[in-house]
Amino acid sequence: MTLKLIDGYPEYMRESIEMVEKTRDQRIKEKEKEKELALSDEEREEVLSKFHPDYAPGGKRKLRVGVNQGEIVPNEVADILEAWPALNPDEVDLNDIDYDVDVLVIGGGGAGTVAALWANYEGVPAENILIATKLRHGDANSMMAQGGIQAADRPWDSPIIHYMDVLGGGHFANKHELVKALTEDAPKIIKWHEELGVMYDKDEKGNFIERWGGGTSRRRMHSAKDYTGMEIMRVIRDEARNREIPVLEFSPAVELITTEDGEIGGAILWNMETKEYYVVRAKSTVLATGGWGRLHIRGFPTTNHYGATADGLVMAYRAGARLRDLESVQYHPTGAAYPEQIVGLLITEKVRTMGATPVNKYGERFVFPLEPRDVEASMFIRECFGKGNCVKTPTGMRGVWLDSPMIEELQGEGAIRKNLDAMYRMYKRFGIDMTKDPILVFPTLHYQNGGVEINANAQVLRGDGSPYPRFFAGGEVEGGVHGKNRLMGNSLLDYNVFGRRAGISAAKVARSTGKPGKLTLKHVKLFTEEVKKINVPPERRSPILLPDYRGKRVLARKIDLPVMQ
Amino acid sequence: MGKKIEILDVDSKQIMDDIKKAASPPEDVEHWVTIYVMGKPYRVPAGLTIMKALEYAGYRFIRSSGCRAGFCGACATVYRKKGEYRFRTALACQTTVEDGMYLSQIPFVPANKATYDLDKIEPTPTTLLEYYPEIARCVSCNTCTKACPQELDVMYYIQYAIRGDIKKVAELSFDCIQCGLCSLRCPAEIQHYHMAQFARRLYGKYYQPKSKWLARRLKEIESGMYEKPFENLAKLRENPEEFKSLYYKILYEGREKEEKLIEDPLELMGED
Repeated sequence: MTLKLIDGYPEYMRESIEMVEKTRDQRIKEKEKEKELALSDEEREEVLSKFHPDYAPGGKRKLRVGVNQGEIVPNEVADILEAWPALNPDEVDLNDIDYDVDVLVIGGGGAGTVAALWANYEGVPAENILIATKLRHGDANSMMAQGGIQAADRPWDSPIIHYMDVLGGGHFANKHELVKALTEDAPKIIKWHEELGVMYDKDEKGNFIERWGGGTSRRRMHSAKDYTGMEIMRVIRDEARNREIPVLEFSPAVELITTEDGEIGGAILWNMETKEYYVVRAKSTVLATGGWGRLHIRGFPTTNHYGATADGLVMAYRAGARLRDLESVQYHPTGAAYPEQIVGLLITEKVRTMGATPVNKYGERFVFPLEPRDVEASMFIRECFGKGNCVKTPTGMRGVWLDSPMIEELQGEGAIRKNLDAMYRMYKRFGIDMTKDPILVFPTLHYQNGGVEINANAQVLRGDGSPYPRFFAGGEVEGGVHGKNRLMGNSLLDYNVFGRRAGISAAKVARSTGKPGKLTLKHVKLFTEEVKKINVPPERRSPILLPDYRGKRVLARKIDLPVMQ
Repeated sequence: MGKKIEILDVDSKQIMDDIKKAASPPEDVEHWVTIYVMGKPYRVPAGLTIMKALEYAGYRFIRSSGCRAGFCGACATVYRKKGEYRFRTALACQTTVEDGMYLSQIPFVPANKATYDLDKIEPTPTTLLEYYPEIARCVSCNTCTKACPQELDVMYYIQYAIRGDIKKVAELSFDCIQCGLCSLRCPAEIQHYHMAQFARRLYGKYYQPKSKWLARRLKEIESGMYEKPFENLAKLRENPEEFKSLYYKILYEGREKEEKLIEDPLELMGED
């Protein structure tokens, strides 16, 4: 590469960094005053309506098929919901059952693992549980969450205040019973983690070191350095392995199986390596497939893992489940905007909660650092594209600075290495020292706020609002908890709370009922009939399972030969 | 309105289109490098990560791609550079391609994890050795440390493990992403990352003190004292404007209140 870099940045970006350095001392002195920048309700609306991708025209359309017909969703989501089923039901023999289990868990991330553990705690023997997952056990957004997990456990906090924060963050659209479950179960979840040996950051007396989160009125973010998600995920995975719960990796579900009496009776799995299918019959089925980041809604880069392609939404929708709040997409305010190699990757909110302030090209602050994520992200877009006070990267990305060296000044030298080692390490790999230089950020596609609607028992709801007795969901795939915008630290909490509830509910069904009714894929055929009525190109099939990042030239020359198939 | 921010007149759709364009990879490639994927040469744009370069070259991952952000250990990669004897390791999603890299992705690492019931263990200085006796075979060659893409002091934590210092093992291994490269390279056939996982759980469970506040809050919840307030909130939601103003009051006053609370909160126990 010919572009000359000075400690990771080209010279012209250095000029802007100098301006950031010039205002730093003053900004540190006035750190307390940042609160004054917090926006009122009216101002939030003004900023969201003009600069949030959800509100800008051109990104969404009405669904033309299924239970939620007529509702507005992002184009990329409509594309996979209105697609031809990838699986041809006539090629599958449902009488030849490969796995006949009590509890089938679809998805081996956080929610799925928690559900399997709690089903096991509630008396379902490990060998009667099956986790089927698309990639490896633990390949999930759960592994990547950095900042923390919320739980109101300090004396001057309470589940009630936590509830209020969740509601405000979600634009008051959240479902009461789910937010109550989320906030009331939170301390129980942290206790469970303590017993499992999750290494949370604690003081010498054993109390958690708790930090701010965007849109919270109390410090209640529990963390494990900036590897919080990884620490929890690897511990619960270790526990699932200790209990010898069977896991089928690289074998995603590609369609749910329904029953003649209108229930869910298992799923069809597809071994991605051998291309064979497996029929799984289950007394109860838990959907824990995660979110949609890899759909790259509105062309945004994403923080999400490779498999986040909303397969669960597609399968549940075909089976008749109701979706909600899908028109709202979460963009995390701080994705990396530079260097090119890591564009879109998550810069944890903890960087701001530890004191780093977002500043523009001139080193000026322009936003309260801890607004709810949609507001904060909109303010960044406003500064970059509304006011033009941004830094342009050599590849054309734009961004604002997150003044990370402030953390060292405010919290003492070494605070970044101690608390944000993952961030430090990532930048260091590309030649940037975030303890000395600020980092460039821009909003990135982060989270599916809505999803498959559930009730407080984690039962999935049908189109008419009645719950499926044998079908449950937990984690990012489900909706209603976060309303139209999730707060930091509530996604790790969500998958634990509703994964647990799904596991407990699934175990109850497994204990008290016999096998499900006669298995069928009739719903897939009916859905296909619906798709026939609208104009859908023949190559548009779903679930898509994985995104395709192959080079254009290769794809243009790719041919399939009718041999070795 | 307009106290803190001025009202801007903008074309929101145009802005979104501009963002999409800015975020797409540039069409023209100025600089190229040649990499060897399992021996086959491919010309790829300079500046890509190994993972993106392989995709550019036409590979579509099933294995060896997970979080794509340095947290999951799925993309362990081994390589040599042309003309060098040195054997190198990397995470494909966190490493930039260089001209002349001979690359191979590691799809899977065979390693055995001990199984245990954590509740039934009383940790002693020999616990780690009991479950992972092979750590005693360490020859202090430091190959594990050299192989670690997280740059952890792997050999040091193995030495601490032999000595039974569970805390040190837990701390030194904390940033482990369990890619397995240490275990692949180890001449003594140690399964470092599984042993370290065991040590961290022992530390978290038995050595870190338990939170007293948490215990107190759990008792409160069990007593049912929040049921009534939750019901009241549900009712209050029927009046959205009132609910909203309560929310903003709690949000702003809460931030003020929290800032004023003292750092040693144990002294506050029972105060509210």
